[in-house]
Amino acid sequence: MADVMTRLDPDTRAAARGLSDLSIRNLFIIPTIAFLIIFNVFPLIYSLATAFTDYRASTSAESNWVGLANFRELLSDPNIWRNFTITAKYVIISVTGQVFVGFGLAMLLNRPIPLKGLITTLLLLPMMMSPAVVGLFWKLLYDPSFGIINYFLGLGKFEWLADPQMALYAVAIVDIWMWSPFVMLLSLAGLSAVPKHLYEAAEIDRAGPFYTFFRITLPLVAPILMIAIIFRTMEAFKTFDHAYILSTQPTTELIAIRLYKMAFLEWQTGMSSAFAYIVLIVVVAITNIYVKYLNKAKAR
Amino acid sequence: MHRSFYKLLAGAAAIALSAPAASSQELTIFWAEWDPANYLQELVNEYEAETGVVVTVETTPWQDFQTKAFTEFNAKGSAYDMIVGDSQWLGSASEAGHYVDLTEFFATHNLTTVMAPATVKYYAEYPGNSGKYWAVPAEGDAVGWSYRKDWFEDPAEMAAFKEKYGYDLAVPQDWAQLIDIAEFFHRPDENRYGIAIYTDNSYDGLVMGVENALFSYGGNLGDYETYQVDGILNSEASIAGLEAYRKLYGFTPPGWSKTFFVENNQAITEGLAAMSMNYFAFFPALVNPATNPNADVTGFFANPKGPNGDQFAALGGQGISIVSYSENQEESFKFLEWFIKEETQKRWAELGGYTAHAATLESEEFRNATPYNEAFYQTMFMVKDFWAVPEYAELLTAANERIYPYIVGGEGTAKEVLDALTADWEETFRKYGRIQ
Repeated sequence: MADVMTRLDPDTRAAARGLSDLSIRNLFIIPTIAFLIIFNVFPLIYSLATAFTDYRASTSAESNWVGLANFRELLSDPNIWRNFTITAKYVIISVTGQVFVGFGLAMLLNRPIPLKGLITTLLLLPMMMSPAVVGLFWKLLYDPSFGIINYFLGLGKFEWLADPQMALYAVAIVDIWMWSPFVMLLSLAGLSAVPKHLYEAAEIDRAGPFYTFFRITLPLVAPILMIAIIFRTMEAFKTFDHAYILSTQPTTELIAIRLYKMAFLEWQTGMSSAFAYIVLIVVVAITNIYVKYLNKAKAR
Repeated sequence: MHRSFYKLLAGAAAIALSAPAASSQELTIFWAEWDPANYLQELVNEYEAETGVVVTVETTPWQDFQTKAFTEFNAKGSAYDMIVGDSQWLGSASEAGHYVDLTEFFATHNLTTVMAPATVKYYAEYPGNSGKYWAVPAEGDAVGWSYRKDWFEDPAEMAAFKEKYGYDLAVPQDWAQLIDIAEFFHRPDENRYGIAIYTDNSYDGLVMGVENALFSYGGNLGDYETYQVDGILNSEASIAGLEAYRKLYGFTPPGWSKTFFVENNQAITEGLAAMSMNYFAFFPALVNPATNPNADVTGFFANPKGPNGDQFAALGGQGISIVSYSENQEESFKFLEWFIKEETQKRWAELGGYTAHAATLESEEFRNATPYNEAFYQTMFMVKDFWAVPEYAELLTAANERIYPYIVGGEGTAKEVLDALTADWEETFRKYGRIQ
């Protein structure tokens, strides 16, 4: 029977199987492309067009073409710049924290320790949780009356979220807690890929741990660490869920929160579309800078 | 025989399919998810029993209510025939053509006098004093206060209070007394605090809370007809009101920086605070021993007077409107005719709904029905509301951004806050062409 099949031409063989390769390919690709066009490309183009209008989704009134007015108004609004400054500060604190904690954990787990698998799994739990749940969970932990954080740190009734100076750090700490395992996971992959003979050679040359880390470990892990930083920076720029739950202060109003308010509470649809594009451009620009460094790191 | 049987069967099927369509029309009312919506469902079940019209009260969580409603409006969707919408939506929903004009309905049924005047003004009329109506006051609500009667009536506390302040400890008659009592009971060492107020700046919680002080001190948010804000929002009276609210914040429990109706009821159920601000719609939980272990010692009072005798409260609650895109507008009008009947309003109140029907509100039966109904009755004749203009959300955002840092963080002075907010609001009104 197999012999008969091999003697048939490809189309006849496909027909005999029921579906040709082309049909199967189309079966998977066409719905995917259709899905992407309907849910990604169309909204992207539609929102770009909306960004140049005074459209408000809460009214039936005709929207008018306003050219670059929305962009001009946004870029000259000091409150928007304040939101960007807050977000930049948040991204720096949060991503730096995640890199240090995540890479540190990976270094610890990259050596033979008992229950390594169980510990790794437990450490991954935070990033598996819903950000909204994490927000509510940390709100309780920060509570000045019964929150466990003040109890352990002996801070009495200190109000983490009501203190304008501390609130942003409090939100960033939650992000660090939640996403350090992601950095840890990628770093572990990078660390395990470092060839052992390099360490052996360094040991023979009597290289110290400091030298080994900065001359062998870090350069070899850098590309994968850079990928983690790119992902986390992009995500941190978009932070909404837990920050929205924890945020009480104007000092913690990240751009995603401001964007949400503008779009869905104030119904300034055209303006918020323009705002979203400004954010997109900023994120793309920052990501490009990172990618440039990533390529340099890879070339080394 | 065989053919006759199929004919009979086909005829029976036709009758079965057409009968419900002809006699049992369906109406959908959209509202937020809370107890009053459940009471309304109970009420409309009685309408179904009377008329055969099936009315469903569809609900969504409060957080999604506005987004879901306006998304449906914007799509000109006919999913909802009526909506129990927030009072501040009147401007945007009526100007956008989402609501059916009920002015004629109001005139025919004399609703401006049938319903409590303040509720007509704020739940139904837009623009202010225009005589155009878009909703029938449905769930009356406003901010009131609950308090721990046992703390207030404790002889030792009464004596200590009298000695300290020179007058008897009792339900506060004015805001000065409210502040004194909050200060008196504020004892962090005993895990007992003076007062619970709204501070949540996500939507209208904080601003509603502040309004109670600002209005009662004689202040206002502006002139709702001319859109003049300067000299009104930042008047001496408004400044004094904002300062009073800031003072109250000093007597709240720790962690009271983003609190709304849930936390404020908890302040009483957990024995945390002597007094707590909340919408009347949330008070049923406080008289229920199953949800409040202190139910038998919880009392209620209306928002007290300001220094010059002004007494107002921030309006909550909603009116019921017919959605323009409904395919059942005629049937919806019939439903509203039934809803405004005195007997229906009485039943609505019995079920737990807060009627805005003047005669029902004034009846002894209603006022004595619950421990908080008397305070509710007093309040519904002295309510004031936020701007109902289409751009109310932008005004609200600015208010939250200006007021919150002052109340919770103590940043700046009340005058600086209100001067800055005045400038923000004027800019918004200028942007929308309401002022030059």
